[in-house]
Formats: sequence, structure tokens, C-alpha cells
Amino acid sequence: MWPYAIRRILGAVPTLFIIIALTFFMMHIAPGGPFDAQRHLPPEIEHNVRAAYNLDKPVWEQFVIYVGNLLHGDLGPSYKNHDFTVSQLIAVGLPVSARLGFSAIVLAIVLGISLGTVAALSQNKATDYSVMGLAMIGITIPTFVTAPVLALIFGIYGLHFFGYDFFLPAGGWNGGAIANMILPVTVLALPQIAIISRLVRGSMVEVLRSNYVRTARAKGLPNHIVIFRHALRAALLPVVSYLGPAIAGLLTGSLIVETIFGIPGIGRYFVEGAINRDYTLVMGVVICYAAFVIVLNLVADILYALLDPRVRFA
Amino acid sequence: MSAPGMTDRNTVAIERALDIEGRSLWTDARRRLVRNKAALTSIIVLSIIALMAAFVPFFWPYGYADIDYANIACAPDWWPGTDAACRAGGYHIFGMDQNGRDLFIRVLYGARVSLAVGFVATLVSLLIGVTYGAIAGFVGGRLDEMMMRFVDVLYSLPFIFFVIILMVVFNQNFFLLFVAIGAVEWLTMARIVRGQTLSIKQKEFIEAARAAGVGTIANIRHHVIPNVLGPVVVYVTLTIPTVILAESFLSFLGLGIQDPLTSWGVLIADGKDHMETAPWMLIFPALFMAVTLFCFNFIGDGLRDALDPKDR
Repeated sequence: MWPYAIRRILGAVPTLFIIIALTFFMMHIAPGGPFDAQRHLPPEIEHNVRAAYNLDKPVWEQFVIYVGNLLHGDLGPSYKNHDFTVSQLIAVGLPVSARLGFSAIVLAIVLGISLGTVAALSQNKATDYSVMGLAMIGITIPTFVTAPVLALIFGIYGLHFFGYDFFLPAGGWNGGAIANMILPVTVLALPQIAIISRLVRGSMVEVLRSNYVRTARAKGLPNHIVIFRHALRAALLPVVSYLGPAIAGLLTGSLIVETIFGIPGIGRYFVEGAINRDYTLVMGVVICYAAFVIVLNLVADILYALLDPRVRFA
Repeated sequence: MSAPGMTDRNTVAIERALDIEGRSLWTDARRRLVRNKAALTSIIVLSIIALMAAFVPFFWPYGYADIDYANIACAPDWWPGTDAACRAGGYHIFGMDQNGRDLFIRVLYGARVSLAVGFVATLVSLLIGVTYGAIAGFVGGRLDEMMMRFVDVLYSLPFIFFVIILMVVFNQNFFLLFVAIGAVEWLTMARIVRGQTLSIKQKEFIEAARAAGVGTIANIRHHVIPNVLGPVVVYVTLTIPTVILAESFLSFLGLGIQDPLTSWGVLIADGKDHMETAPWMLIFPALFMAVTLFCFNFIGDGLRDALDPKDR
């Protein structure tokens, strides 16, 4: 396993380099720069500002300087958030985003697997149809619709039970309080719950028909042991291989969720940074995300091989 | 060569055979698709939305940029409750937006943009993906390996980020939006086509064509691509909603379509900002978009069942 993991991580280095180069040059061939919109500076001062950020050098030289600094772990200063380095901003935002994303993926896995299993066990019955109908809704309705709608229902109208009003905060982070996390995590997890439950149902239906499950039943094993010990383990394989795309989906969703709910994570930095031409901040967030995707894909692959003895580390 | 009686019998058999209606793969598939109620309903609903988007703007009394300052963010007349600050009156069946523009016509213009982006960007992804996949699969060997490795690398990139950067760099160019999204979505198409091509390549008719002196490109055009169309059509119907979502996502973030032109993403973003006072601004665009996405997904599922009946 370890040689495989090391080989995969080494293989990810060129991918990461391509990402860095693509993002860097795309940002820099853009007309306009980070200091355009501000009030007009005297030419000498503007020259000094550009020199301070190395913007007066040719683009390829800026790239070499950037990559050199990156190898020392230096992501540079943020152009727009003065007095902050990109590393500082990411250090503040990343724990927030990670907490949000991690909660969402755990919720999606737990709920998705349970719902999918329940649907498969009552195949072609009312439960099955209602779960799959809900899953269809979860897949088709995008995050940027569910987020404002749920905020409207639970945050503004509130729920009225027995004379009591229940409200959830419709925005803000409040240091990661549970109440503030409920809505964003739900919104982020919904599409993944839907997809995972569909995957689990599909593979579970197939596994339940297989010979070894029939053997297990014929041995007289109780139903729950057949399901949990024999069937579910095999039925979970597609879920594990879906984890990579799921993480990518969560990252995309987090841009929306962080913007709508006003959560101070790195997704919001990315959108703001791209609009403000904050080159270094955008680069930093992209590198951060890409590293995440690569590492988590690797974890998913290793998990897959551990679960399925037929897969060898090749 | 054969006995006279034999010829007679053959003629009869041939005549009888001519009476039997031939059924191609596509006729069969169409019949199965029409029998699928969810898919059929989706096709009808989608056609209604598309026809409305195409023709209603020609005779609707309000334009998409006409501003009525007296009726900013007013509720439609039939809206329940007395809490609405004002009523739009007239033919404003969906109410007014935050600038006093008729919401119904804006939702339809949004449908125009979203459907146009959906089809054009999918076409771009179709062209790139089918060509790329067919060449990689048909030529095979080292070229195949290199081309698919490239696809693998692209797969692991968080691609929506590049579209965002592209849109910022090129100032939200409408045409570029189509191309950029299409250029992102071709990867899966290329993989599907390559896989199909690999299996078709082994068939005798390809070998026969090659023996008859048909070149590689002509072979791909005339023999490979027509035979991979089944899965491609299914994937196309599933790509269109993805593309519509991508466009709305960008527009929602303020990076896609620019005011006064609109798309569902823009409308939903506006609606979100005013949902406390004017919930219709969020509900109608969201509803249209959700219904459209539903329809495409049902049609995609129906087509898959229709073209690949062995799963049933």
C-alpha cells in the first residue's frame, strides 16, 4: 500500500504544477490588474507599488518568482486585503470550510447509505418510490435554489409548533455554532445524499439477488446479519468510488453556500478574489482546493482497495 | 440456375417479407420512449416551455427591460395575503422585479438564455468529446494512452474554477460562456465514446471496410460514429441540464449573463436578495428551472431504458 500511495502522490505533482501554471497565466493575461480600480496614483508611486509586487517584470519571470516562493511555503501577500498574507487568510478560512465540508460529507454518507438500503429492501414498493422521488428532487434542484428557499422557510418565516416559534439563523457563522451550521450543512449535503442513496439502492438491489446472499439466507442467518455483514459491504463499493466526484461537488457547492450564508470560508475568498483580480489569493485557494481533491481521491482509491480484495495496488 | 418452381416460391417469400414492416433500433427506441409516461410528459412540458420562450415575447405587452417605476417589486394580483405592499395589476401574472420589470417575460427570456446555453454548450462538448474519444479509441496504442491520460489529468482539476477565472478574464463574454462550459463538459463524453469505439473496432464490418480500402478518418466518420450514437444521445440529454446548471451557477455568482439580459441564475440571485419582501421573485424562476431540469433527467432516463432494453 505505501509504495502505491507514494507513487500516486508523486504522480500528483505534475497535475498540481499544471493547475498552478494554468491559473497563473490565465489570471495574468487578463486585461486589467489588481490596482486598476483605485484612485489614480502619481506615476512614481504606481511604479513603486508595481515594483513592490513584482508586477513590472515579465509574466514568465513573475511565474518563476511565484513558484520559487511557493516551494518555500510562501503564498505571497494578498493584493486586496492589505496587511494580510494569503497564508494567513487561508489559515483563518480553511478550518471553517473544512468543518462545513466534513460535516456535509459525513451527513451525506450516513443518510445516503441508510436511505438507499431502505429503498432497496422495499424494492418497487411505496417506500422505494418515495425515497427515489426525493432523490430525484435532490439531484435536480441546485444548491443555489435550495439554499435561499430553506433560509426563507426556516430563517425568516420560522416553524410554528404548538404556539412556539422555531427559527434557525439564516446566515452568519457565529464561530461554528451548531444552530448556524444546520442550514448550510443540509444544503451542501442534499445533492450528495440523493446521489449516494441512488447508488446504494442500485448496487444493493443487485447484490441482494446474488448467489452468496442466497447462500447466507439458506444457512439460516438472521436478516440483519445478511444485510449488514454480507450485502452492505459489497453494495458500498460504488459509494467509495463516488467519493472523489462527491468531494469535487462539495467544493463547487461550498462556493455557493458560503456566499449565500455569509460563512467566512475560503470559497468566498475565491469568488471575491477572482472578481477583484487578487491574483495571489485566487492562486492560493486553487492550490489549496486542488491539493485537497488530489489527497482525498487517493484516500478513496486506497479505501476501495481495502474493501474489495479483488483490487490490487497496481 | 434454380428450378422454375423454386423461383416462384422465392418470389412469394420475398413479397411476403416486403409486407412486414422493418423495425430499426431507432423506431423501436422511439416506441419504448413514447410508452414511458414520465419521459413523454417531460417531452411535452419541455416543448411547452421552449415554445413559450420562443414565441410569447413577440406579443407580450411588456419587454424584458421595460421599467415601471410605480410598481417596483409589486405582487401579482392573485398573490394571497394582504401583506404585499402593492399589486402589479395588468398582465403581470408573475408580479414585478426589484426594478419594476415584468417578471413573467424575464423568466421567459431567462428560459431562452438557459436553453440556448444548454444546447450550444452541449453541442460544443459533443463535437469535442465524440471526435476526441473516437480518434483515441480507433487509433489505439500509444496515442490512445496519451490522450486518455490527458483526460485523466483534466478530470482531477476543479474545473468550475477555470470557468470562473475565464469569465473574469474575458469580461463575461456571452459567446465565450457557451464555449467555456462546453469545453469543460466534454471529458465524460470522450470516455464514453472511446469505450464504445474500442468494442466496435473489433467488429467484422470495420475490418471489411478497412479491407475495402476505407481510410481511418472515413472509417471513423461512416462506420464508428453512427454506431456509438445510442449512449451518446443518452449522455447528451444528461449533459444539457448539467450545462444549464453551470451557466446558472456562474450567473448566480454574477459572472455570467449581465443585466438587463437575464438567465434563470440571475433571476434566482435577484430573488434571493428580495425573498423576504417579494418571494415570487425567487419562486417562479426557481420553479421553471427545477421543472426543466426534472424534464431533462426523466427524458435521459427514458432514453437510456429505450435504447438499452436489456437493463429492464
